[in-house]
This record gives sequence, structure tokens and C-alpha cells, in this order.
Amino acid sequence: MVTGAVHTEGTIIETIPMETDTIAAIATSLSESAIGIVRISGHDAIKIADRIVVNAKKEHFILNMESHTIRYGFLFNGEEILDEILVSCFRAPKSYTAEDTVEINTHGGVFVVKKALELCIKAGARLAEPGEFTKRAFLNGRIDLSEAEAVMDVISSSSEQALRSSVSVLRGKLYREILSLRDAILHETAFIEAALDDPEHYDLTGYSEKLSETIMDISKRIRKMIDQYEDGRILKEGINTVILGKPNAGKSSVMNLLAGYEKAIVTDIPGTTRDVIEASVQLGDAILRILDTAGIRETDDRIEKIGIEKALSNAKDADLILYVTDSSVPLDEDDRKIISFLTGEEDKAGETKAGRERRCLVLYNKSDLKQACDLSELISMLKEKYPVIKISAETGEGIEDLKKEVNELFLSGKIDYDREAPVANLRQKEALENALNSLDHVLDAINNGLPEDFYTIDLRNAYTFLGHVTGEEIGDDVAERIFSEFCMGK
Amino acid sequence: MNENTLKNSLIEKTDICVIGAGHAGCEAALASARLGLSTVIFTVSVESIALMPCNPNIGGSSKGHIVREVDALGGEMGKNIDKTFIQSKMLNESKGPAVHSLRAQADKADYSREMRKTLENQDNLTIKQAEVCELLWEENKDEAPYGKPSKKIIGLRTYTGTTYLCKAVVICTGTYLNARCLTGEAITYTGPNGLQAATHLSDSLKEMGISLRRFKTGTPARMDGRSLDYSKMEEQKGDERITPFSFSTDPDSIQKEQVSCYLTYTNERTHEIIRKNLDRSPIYAGVIEGTGPRYCPSIEDKVVRFSEKKRHQVFIEPEGLSTNEMYLSGMSSSLPEDVQVAMYRTVPGLENCRIVKNAYAIEYDCIDPNQLYATLRFKDVAGLYAGGQFNGSSGYEEAAGQGLIAGINASLYALGRSEITLDRSEAYIGVLIDDLVTKENFEPYRMMTSRAEYRLLLRQDNADLRLRKIGYEVGLISKEEYSDLCRKKEMIENEIKRLKCTMVGGSAMVQEFLSSHGSALLTKGVSIADLMGRAELDYRLLAPIDKDRPQLPDTIIDQVEIEIKYEGYIERQNKQVEQFKKTEKKKIPENIDYDDVESLRLEARQKLKDIRPVSIGQASRISGVSPADINVLLVYLSARNRMDNKE
Repeated sequence: MVTGAVHTEGTIIETIPMETDTIAAIATSLSESAIGIVRISGHDAIKIADRIVVNAKKEHFILNMESHTIRYGFLFNGEEILDEILVSCFRAPKSYTAEDTVEINTHGGVFVVKKALELCIKAGARLAEPGEFTKRAFLNGRIDLSEAEAVMDVISSSSEQALRSSVSVLRGKLYREILSLRDAILHETAFIEAALDDPEHYDLTGYSEKLSETIMDISKRIRKMIDQYEDGRILKEGINTVILGKPNAGKSSVMNLLAGYEKAIVTDIPGTTRDVIEASVQLGDAILRILDTAGIRETDDRIEKIGIEKALSNAKDADLILYVTDSSVPLDEDDRKIISFLTGEEDKAGETKAGRERRCLVLYNKSDLKQACDLSELISMLKEKYPVIKISAETGEGIEDLKKEVNELFLSGKIDYDREAPVANLRQKEALENALNSLDHVLDAINNGLPEDFYTIDLRNAYTFLGHVTGEEIGDDVAERIFSEFCMGK
Repeated sequence: MNENTLKNSLIEKTDICVIGAGHAGCEAALASARLGLSTVIFTVSVESIALMPCNPNIGGSSKGHIVREVDALGGEMGKNIDKTFIQSKMLNESKGPAVHSLRAQADKADYSREMRKTLENQDNLTIKQAEVCELLWEENKDEAPYGKPSKKIIGLRTYTGTTYLCKAVVICTGTYLNARCLTGEAITYTGPNGLQAATHLSDSLKEMGISLRRFKTGTPARMDGRSLDYSKMEEQKGDERITPFSFSTDPDSIQKEQVSCYLTYTNERTHEIIRKNLDRSPIYAGVIEGTGPRYCPSIEDKVVRFSEKKRHQVFIEPEGLSTNEMYLSGMSSSLPEDVQVAMYRTVPGLENCRIVKNAYAIEYDCIDPNQLYATLRFKDVAGLYAGGQFNGSSGYEEAAGQGLIAGINASLYALGRSEITLDRSEAYIGVLIDDLVTKENFEPYRMMTSRAEYRLLLRQDNADLRLRKIGYEVGLISKEEYSDLCRKKEMIENEIKRLKCTMVGGSAMVQEFLSSHGSALLTKGVSIADLMGRAELDYRLLAPIDKDRPQLPDTIIDQVEIEIKYEGYIERQNKQVEQFKKTEKKKIPENIDYDDVESLRLEARQKLKDIRPVSIGQASRISGVSPADINVLLVYLSARNRMDNKE
């Protein structure tokens, strides 16, 4: 009997990195230098770069770029323009690796260059293995034969180093967590395989419901680790904070209060703050990277509309949203719009793009003025999801409460940062995301009524990906596990 | 040639010698004789040709796949079981097509007799009852695949002193080499089933530099069927419609009355007796030195290792139609006879059992198969091939698969043709052999579907589509059989094409059809293939809205259905295979000196030197060789190439 539906996607695990696919990596040192370079090399390098780079008119242009030229452009995430960059294009065979190569020069700072790399990966590149550019350069004849020894040394030493660093950051709880997740996945895989191997002995009736639950639980735990990667990033690079609010609610004043100096233009005429302005603010132990946004309101002004779009879009990706309400005027249509965005009525239930739980603080501003906005109505409209803090950007009242809440949200009770490092690098995060993705495929297979032997395809992928996080070697673990855990045979 | 005084002046000449007439030996000898080479097959007893000394069945999960593959390549096992089965069952029918597996209970005596008949009637093939005690070889001067081995086989000598000069030898000694059987304190120096062991060949192999090791396996007792009470057991019947193993067997020709097996269970009392007598088990007393298989544990192993289990299954299986003997699947043991009787009699239905043959454990010499190439030739000896349990595997089917490949390659070598290997993406036999020759193996190797990473492509239903061509090119599949296969392939392809091109719109008739099957209504035109992708629909169901479909045999429809239903997954595995093939194609020259590659880690270098992989792909599967080592190797090989090109 044949059952089930077709299922197409899925990540293919490579046993050996192939020379034909497209790789990307940060080519400069990861420090606060003046520029950062992301290098992409391989068959699809130009196509991939083209997807993530546009000009000021949001037009893609890299496909038509001439070799050995450099152009000005912007990083583009498919929806909106991010940072400005310079991009250079080297067509095969006249490049370092002798493959099509694109280099993206970003403004300095770890954040932007990492963002660029993440976009490359999302657009289809694979994170380069240690020493891989050099390896390709050599294999393609770009490096002199006399340097073969040196090239081999680079490959073996850099991979040793990568392994050491990934293992060293993974001591403690997190390492054990990965082991425990792999163990759980291996157990389920071995059980299914044992039942396939010895069907008269092990029965799979009703098993898929149980497996479904187990997988959802495992996924949740992996998701949490990815969150911790984000938290680690947040800790190092600052909390990406977006201030939302209708025009004239006092967003810029709030930012200035936090920043301690006048950076944004603050006026009483609605709609003057159009650009995203950045400031880094130390608030207790946390660092806030504040992006001030245009006021959210219905408008026909084209330029302002761009600002609003950008505000909402920024808010979607932000680590923290500060929603400023004006307590001196009643809640209006604009507020309702923001609130419905925050409570998840306009997108997936209260989650950010990355699928994390949204973190938001509501600032009940102008507490020094007469109140015209009903506090309890506000709280109930927010479905009590987020804390409301009374504040006056004018007098500075409430700033201590804000500081306390922010530190509470990000720095307490989550991870013990002193004692263990969270998932540390993009490679590990990529592996975790791939594992998560594989588990989603298992759930799809279950939901589509596919037979049990299909589950193990992606279960094993998830197992392998988790192994990449800890640098575990792949062996005949399933067979070993079947023998040790299940009583087989005649 | 090592200087052996030839006491007996009789010298025979032949092309190929096969040592052993078990499941591997039979396939090897038939293959070589069928390829036109004069072949002698040696056995310690002509009565033990194709003997099934353990379980009375052929096939089962993943093993059934191998039987189909042997058949597709032109081997005999599938045809022989089709002639001699007494019950047949397709396992895992509720699961996906990749894990459907055929298993048949054999009439053991019939199976053996039929195979003997086939050997006896095969042109070019001579059966010789004799123990081979020495291999004859000389220093090798010729090139062979993968470089120049240091030795070359020229013949062998039997215990009675006759010399057989030949071009190639295939060793298929199974469990006979230096075998000893253990039942508690009682030890006999015999092969399986009380047959004479082969005690001389091991020394000759060691002299040639071949390293041997000890493995162990075991078998349960055989009962007098009249002493069992089947009313206390669950009856296990065969399938209503019997599926043959061989692609050449007409299904209608083998539908017949089947016999039943029976299921019963051990209990706490059984386990108690075993626990109390563990000190008398040769394994727990430390008498046995060989490594036993964990997937096929003795009942005492099960009781110790899975102490939380209150009971274990015991399948009672007939050994044949002309015998009363019943096989006790699940209760192999090496406990002393008195303990065996006591423990068996605690099992429901076995209270009054009388044992015909005691259970025993058997220890034997075998090789570490890392000494072989995937062609199953010894790396260091031209003309010497090996197959079956001698290579550290277990199971009749695994043996047959290897025996066939070893026999084919010995023949191709003798004919001066290029040898064949099957890779992991082509066949279970390929997975089996690659695992044996590449990976570390500490117990008799048994095939499982989970070992095949491209399982979805390596189905038992498409073994002919995968392998017939190879069988034809080798010369074991006839032209007619091959053109049948080509026609089948074409029909499948055409039908898939047609289903993808045949569009249906949302006509009232179609919508009504869909709603009657609980399927979503159409909002736009789709192909019949699209509809087949829906879980609730399939090819046969869709007949009413696919009026112009051709009349097709079931075998075609099944293939079409699988290809379309699981297209996404199949596509994915095909992509993986593409990548896999790329690394398999990157060959490592035989004369590579790994000490030259300084950046390799020490462990990796040692492993690479030991195993001498033939490709980058194989190297990457060696445990202890990391991706970084592989990259270093790639750079090294490329540097070497460039150097060579410069010169």
C-alpha cells in the first residue's frame, strides 16, 4: 500500500565540502575596524550577491557588473534597504579562487559585516570551511605549487583551531544540552529502525503521535539555544531597540533622555523625524542600540510613508520595542494600529521574524502632564502582554524603572553569563537552524501521513546537524544504538 | 611459488577454484562457470552444499533486498528459494516501499538438494569433495587493478595432495575454518551441524601474510515437532498472494499451500533458570574468545542485557516438509544440555519438548575485510578473492551477495576484463561490501536497511531496474532478459510522462469524484500526477477521471506510483547521490605515500595507510579521517597532478 503526499524540500548534508558550491565568509578580522569584507566565491557567487545588493532605487545590478569593477550600493533583505556598502566583482577565472567572486565591503563594526554574511547564507551560500578559499585557490591553480605544503597546513591548523574554539565555548550546560538532544533523536531513530528491521518484534502503531510530541519538545529546546545565540550577540553588540509611537508622542524626547544629549530633531510639528537615527546607550548593564523611527500614522506624504514602513519593519526585527504613548491625549487610531501590531494581530502571534517571543516595554509618557489616556484601557488592549512604565521624558521621571525592566528582560534569569558561554558563532547557529529545519520536515512527514521510514531521513539529518555544533564525528551511531538498546533477532 | 613438496603427483588445471559450497561459494562457482570458465568448487561434504545450518528462511528485512539484487545480477539464490519455499511473507507492507521485504521459510533439505542439482547440471562446473589446505602463489610481476600486488595466486592443494593450478581462487569457507562448537562444557572441533571443520587452510593464509581473527555465532535447538503443543501458541500464516523472489519467476506458478509458524514466549521462570546457570555458559565463563553478534544475541545474552524485559518472543519454524524438526527462533544458546532442556520446557507449548539437536555456539576463523578491495580481491594478492562469512559477515543472503561479486570478479580477472564494484548508491550489496572493506567491524556484520543511506532508491521492487544492466554487461543476464528490462523501463517512463502531462480541470464529474474521496476540490487545472501526490488518492483510484490510460501490468503501476508519490524525497536522494558520485570518482593512486602528506593528522595517516582507500569518497568514510584531512588530501593530490603534468 502506498500512502502519503509528496514532500520536496530538505537540506542535503554534505560529507565532504564540494568544490562546486558557493561559499561565503568574513574575510576581515572580526573587530571594530573601519571596514569589514564578506567574500563570496563559487558558481553562484554573482547570483547570490545580486539577490542581496541593490542600488538606491532598489534595483538589482550585480548580474551585469563588469569584472574588476567596484560599485556603490545597499544591502537588501528582500524587503528593505539596510546599510550602504561597496561591492566589487571578479569574474572567473580572474579572481583569488579562480571562481566567480564578489566582495562586499561594509562599514566597520561587527554587526553589519555579520548581517551581510547572514544574508549571503540566506540567499544560498554555504558558510566556508576553515581554509576553504585558500584550498579552492590552490585546486584551481591560483597558488603556486611550491606553496602546497603551506596550503595544507592552513587547512589542517585552521580547522583544528575552529574545532577547539567551538568546543571550548560549548562547555557546560549547553554542550550537555546538545548531547541530550542528540541522544533523544538517536533513540527515536533507533526505535523506528529497530521496528523496521524486526517488525514482528517492535510495533509502530500509534507511535507517530508520540514522536510528534517529542519532536516539538526537542524543537523548542533547539529554538531556545538559537535564542541564546541571539542573547549572546545582544550581550556583546547591544540590544537593537526600536522606539515606536504615533507622531508627537515623545519618541525623540525619550531617546534623548536615554542618550543624554540632543541627537534627534525634536519639534512639536508631527512628522519631522523621518530617518532612523542610531545611538548607543548604556542602561545599567545593558547596552541599547536605539533606532529612532518616524511616527506611525496614516499619511499621504510619500517620504514619510517610507519612514513609517521602515519603522514597522525595523520593529519586526528588533530585540526590544519601546512603545511610547502620549498619556496627555486619548488613544487614537494610530495607537490601535501599533497595539494590534504588538499583540500579534497583524502577523504571527506575538513573535518576531526570527520566531522569537517579542520583547516590548510600553512607556506611558508625559506623566508630568494631565492624563487623558485611560491606563487600564491601554493595559487591557495590550492583553497584559507587556509591562507599562510611567515616564516623563521631560522631567526624567520613571527612567530608573525603565532601566530596571530592561535589565530584567535581558540579563536576569535567562542564562548565567559568567559561568557559561552561549552558542557562540554563526556556524553553530547555522547548524542549529538546519537541525530545526530538519525536524520541521519530520513533522510535515507525520502530518502528511507518510510511513514511518520517511521520518528517519530527516531525524538523521537533524542528528548530524546537531553533531556539527559540537564537532562530533559521524559514525554508525544508529546501528550501534539499535544493538545496544533494542533486543533484536532470532 | 613457495617451495612445497608435492607428495601427490596429480596436477589438475582449471580456471577458477572456489573453496566452500555454501551460499557464497555456490554463487561464486555458478557465476564463473556461466561466464565460460572451467571451475572447481571444493566442499568438505557434498551433502552440505547450500546448507542452511541456522535459521530455516531466506530474506527478511534488508536481506530480502539482497536476494533480489543477487537475482537481478544473474545469481541463483532467488530462483532456488522460489523452488523450495514452504511459506512466504512480505514484511513491512504498511510501511514505505523502501522497507518492504520478502521473507520465505525454506524446506532446508529441498533447498540444498535443488542447489546441488543446479551445480551438478551447470556446464564448466565440477564439484569436488576435498579439504583445501594450502594456497599456491608466486611473486607477482604484473599490473592489476589498483596497482601492483606483491603476490599472485597460481593454484591450491588439497589435503589428499592433489594440486589444482588455476588463475584465481575464491575463498568462501564460511564458519568452517578452525571451527569449534560449544554446548556448555562440551566442546567439539567441528563445523556447523557436526560437519568436518577445515583445519589446515588458516596456516597457509597466515603464511601469506593474511591476518585472521575469531568470530562467534550460535544457533538454537531443533525440536521434535510431535513433542510441541501448538494450541498454546499463536499461529503465523504466510501471505495470501505469494510474491516470488526472482524477477524471472512467474508469480502464478508458485501459488501453493503454505505451512504455518508459531509464536510463543519465554517467561520469568525461563529467565530464572538461565540466570542461575550463567556460570556454565562458555561465553560468561570466558571459554569463548570470539566476538558474537549483538543483533542476534543468545537467549542468555538477552536475559542479561535486557533484564527489564519480562519475556522474549520465540518463533517455532518448520525445517521442512519431510522432517519433524522445528527451529526455535529467538532462543539460541550455548548453555549445557541439561540447562537447555530445563529452560526450553518452561516455555508454553514446549513443556514436553524433546530436543533433536542441541543449541550450540560456533567459533571460527575469518578475516578483517579491510584487507580486501571492494572487488573482494585481497589487496596484496592478485587472483585471490573472498566472499561470505569468511569476510566477517553473517547471514545466507549477505554471503550470497558477496560470493556473486567475488565470483564475477575472479572470472573477469581470469578473462582479462575489467572488474566491477557496486557502490553505495547502486545496491545493498554495494553498501555491504563498502562497509566491510572500509569500516571498523568488531562482530559478524549483518545488513540492515538503516545502513543504506540511499534506502529510498535501493528498493527491493526496483532491483532489476538498478542492476540488470550490470548483470547483462557481465554476461550473466541473457539478451532476452535484458531487453525485457529495457521495455519495462520505457513503459514506466512513458506512463510517468503521460501522467504529468494529462491535465484535468474542475469539471463537475472531476469535482464529484474528488469529493467522494474526501479530497480537496480543484480551483485550477492539475495533472493526474499532481493528484496522485495527494495522500488520499492513488493511481488505481484515479481510473475514473483518467479514461485514456493504457492497460499496464501491476509491476509497472507499482513503479509509477512510487516514483510519483515520493518524488520529493526521491529527488532529494538523487541529489545526494550526485554528490556522492563526485567524491567516488576522485581516485587516489595506489602508490600514494601518506607519510609524504605531513599535514595529515597522525590517526588519519595510520588509518589511510591501513585501509588504502581507492577514492576520496571511500577515504571520507573511514572513521578517524576528518573533513580537514580529506581537504588536505585533495590539495596534495592536486599538487601531485600538477607536478606530473609539468614533467
